[in-house]
Amino acid sequence: MVVGLTHYLVVSAILFTLGVAGIILNRKNIIIILMSVELILLAVNINLVAFSASLGDLTGQVFALFILTVAAAEAAIGLAILVTYFRNRGTIAVEDINSLKG
Amino acid sequence: MARGGSARSRATSRSILLIAKSENRPDNEAAREDDKVAVAFFYLFSAVLIASAFAVIVSRNPVHSVLYLILAFVNGAGLFLLAGAEFLAMILVVVYVGAVAVLFLFVVMMLDVDFAALRQGFSKHLPVGAAVGAVVLGELGFVALGWQSAPGAQEAAAAPIVAGVSNTAALGQVLYTKYFLFFQASALVLLTAMIGAIVLTLHHRPGVKRQKIEEQNARTRDNVIEIKKVPSRAGV
Repeated sequence: MVVGLTHYLVVSAILFTLGVAGIILNRKNIIIILMSVELILLAVNINLVAFSASLGDLTGQVFALFILTVAAAEAAIGLAILVTYFRNRGTIAVEDINSLKG
Repeated sequence: MARGGSARSRATSRSILLIAKSENRPDNEAAREDDKVAVAFFYLFSAVLIASAFAVIVSRNPVHSVLYLILAFVNGAGLFLLAGAEFLAMILVVVYVGAVAVLFLFVVMMLDVDFAALRQGFSKHLPVGAAVGAVVLGELGFVALGWQSAPGAQEAAAAPIVAGVSNTAALGQVLYTKYFLFFQASALVLLTAMIGAIVLTLHHRPGVKRQKIEEQNARTRDNVIEIKKVPSRAGV
């Protein structure tokens, strides 16, 4: 028995699902939502790396690297916005974030 | 690959395994032993990864969530190692565990938020979350188990993995030549993120006394010393 591409895909699918479910379950807590987004991106990265290894093509790993970059930038900006918002409004509950009346 | 014969499946997934070197090894017994170890570690990493991801989304305390997120990332790095992507595994540990997760931890601990109030509605959203999760998992499961590779996919590799070159070196050889523009664009993304985060969070509170060096340097005798005429015997 060997570990094949399908094993990785299944793990990544479960991880992705947990991320999506986390966004829905913790709809009020934006910090957990950001963490769920990180989980989703990790699932995507596992997919890319698994395909890269399976097809013998480094491009997947290169793009996983770019996704890591974007995810780090997203986390930094998101948390900075969060801190600023909390300082101004005193709350981070998602349903209270309605200043734009959108 | 799910459809392919076992020999072909073994050949295509060769590089995904730790047994990549087993072809050259005369000792088949040792190769099979390596195989078993790789499989055991794969299941260990996957199980802990999924369990900790589950704990991230259900734990009551966000600090615990962040710690479980760190555990998930470490196990994800383990999976990357098994797949032969050592550089990405190390980057995952350094960047995510070392920087992003700690950033999350700082923010969670810095904000004085009533997290119990934010948790209300968890059980209300549970059916919806479970339903959406089941649908997504079903769809992804169909894709993961039923896909087929295009016939020329193996030959069409844009940057084939060369044997004998370490993963880091090979990645560098591709990243700094073929994908150099993307590399610089991602550097710009990071620069934007850095400037944005600093601009967003830097604020000067009124009433905080700070050292102003230029004002100190600009002081002269004329504008800081005042000579008062005090009448004799009158006191100040």
